[in-house]
Amino acid sequence: MRTRLRKWSLLLGAAAVLALPLTSWAQLTQFDLAKTLNAESHVGNVTGHAKDAAAPYRRYCVGCHGPLGDGEGENAPWMDAPMYQKPRNFQLGVFKCRSTPTGTLPADQDLYDAITRGFDRSNMPQWNTLTKQERTDLVAWVKHFSPRFATEKPGAPIPIPPEPEVTPERIKAGREVFARVQCWKCHGVQGMANGPSASTLTDDLGRPIAPFNFTDGSRPKCGDTDQDIYRIFMTGLDGTPMPSFADNIKPEEAWDLVFYLRTFMSQKSKEKELAKQLALKPVDPNAPAGQQ
Amino acid sequence: MKNPRNYAVLVSAVVLVCCGALILGQKVNAAGEGKITGTVKLDGAAPHMKGIDMSKDPYCSKAHASDPAHLETYVVGAGGALENVVLSIDGWSGSAQVTTAIPVFDQKNCMYSPHVLAMDAGETFKVETSDQTAHNIHPLPNPMVNVGWNQSQPPGAPPIEKSWKAAEVIPVKCNIHPWMNGWFVVVKGPYATTDANGKYTIAGVPPGSYTVTAWQEAAGTQTQKVTVAAGGSATADFTFKAK
Repeated sequence: MRTRLRKWSLLLGAAAVLALPLTSWAQLTQFDLAKTLNAESHVGNVTGHAKDAAAPYRRYCVGCHGPLGDGEGENAPWMDAPMYQKPRNFQLGVFKCRSTPTGTLPADQDLYDAITRGFDRSNMPQWNTLTKQERTDLVAWVKHFSPRFATEKPGAPIPIPPEPEVTPERIKAGREVFARVQCWKCHGVQGMANGPSASTLTDDLGRPIAPFNFTDGSRPKCGDTDQDIYRIFMTGLDGTPMPSFADNIKPEEAWDLVFYLRTFMSQKSKEKELAKQLALKPVDPNAPAGQQ
Repeated sequence: MKNPRNYAVLVSAVVLVCCGALILGQKVNAAGEGKITGTVKLDGAAPHMKGIDMSKDPYCSKAHASDPAHLETYVVGAGGALENVVLSIDGWSGSAQVTTAIPVFDQKNCMYSPHVLAMDAGETFKVETSDQTAHNIHPLPNPMVNVGWNQSQPPGAPPIEKSWKAAEVIPVKCNIHPWMNGWFVVVKGPYATTDANGKYTIAGVPPGSYTVTAWQEAAGTQTQKVTVAAGGSATADFTFKAK
């Protein structure tokens, strides 16, 4: 009995220590946010002003993201479907979809694209019905919630070389990259989100999160063009378990990997056709390095 | 100066004197700096550390085939010696800590080595991998204090060099191997971490009165006041109770 008690108290203590950084994350108040109301954004030749977005934010966004931008809007408690992410807490300044390296702020264009695109498999719809000016103003409004934007510059966008021609050799090379950096640990050898680590993943706030399933027809959250997919694994999705591979995948290899990932996706593509002709097998996790 | 041997002797004498002066000069600069030493112990029996099931990754379980892995919340040695306790000085206002060696955080046999890595705010540290399995290194700072990141380290990956701008206790995890957890303990000023014998030495402390803080990941923090004399050594021993 005593040992059990001690065990429980140990566990509780550890849980308390682990939970501490989550609960103690400071909250900004209306008074703090008033200081950054002059935030601006630049998308193409449009300049956005935070002040002009107060009304559209209250109309379209406040229900989920909340008046303080902390993701605690009145709808937020009801968004509890398993594996669905809660509304973003803008105060933390951490964003999944960026063109900039992991640990850096997104570019204005990244936030604009996120608002325009919405997020597949989430409660965030596409806002492409708003005018370009409204969306750009909203980007400035989103930025005014995090003090980081007032003091830091966004990271330098990761360079994306021009997309080469899809060839069987490139698809085979992409398969080698997939095996070498071990994408299958989470995404599974067939991209079905069933890798050995898939079931234990949690996001930065400790909530369960699923790896992307390439095969079920869903669209990647940060866009589904070839450039978007390239960007996703080179920048990582901050706030989630998806790390940046920029240090470990060379730019030309990155295109090979994009082509190989396309072979998993249910949508028709040249890559899928070629993979069928090549009769590609899933990678073997037990094969020695470079011998797929 | 006709004899070349005499010449050589003279030259080496001059070189020696110069070197000596340089070394002494450095010592003169450092004169007055003292140190704080001590031993950290855990009171009572060492808590049982649960074993870790690594069967999800055959590479990991094979690495621990003969030496089963277990949690490292409390690493207790002979006589209650408590390892991985970080000692630092409260309200440090001196100049930046000058360390000779870069703190290194290694991923070895699907565990973090060391389990706790202390460093000064702004100090460069290195993350390496010795493993033939992919890891992702994912520190989780409070976004209001430090900026987090998440990078992959597949087998043979180059080391990552980073630094933290502000003092904070930052949990580190690998999402691929959910049992992997460690700590970056970022402090301001000189610091030390207890070894397997529970001993530590904070070097380079100018004379004065200080409050030493001891941090243990589960047992919490304790403080003690010490006075360091010029070139002297102050002692601060700590005893933690397991929680």
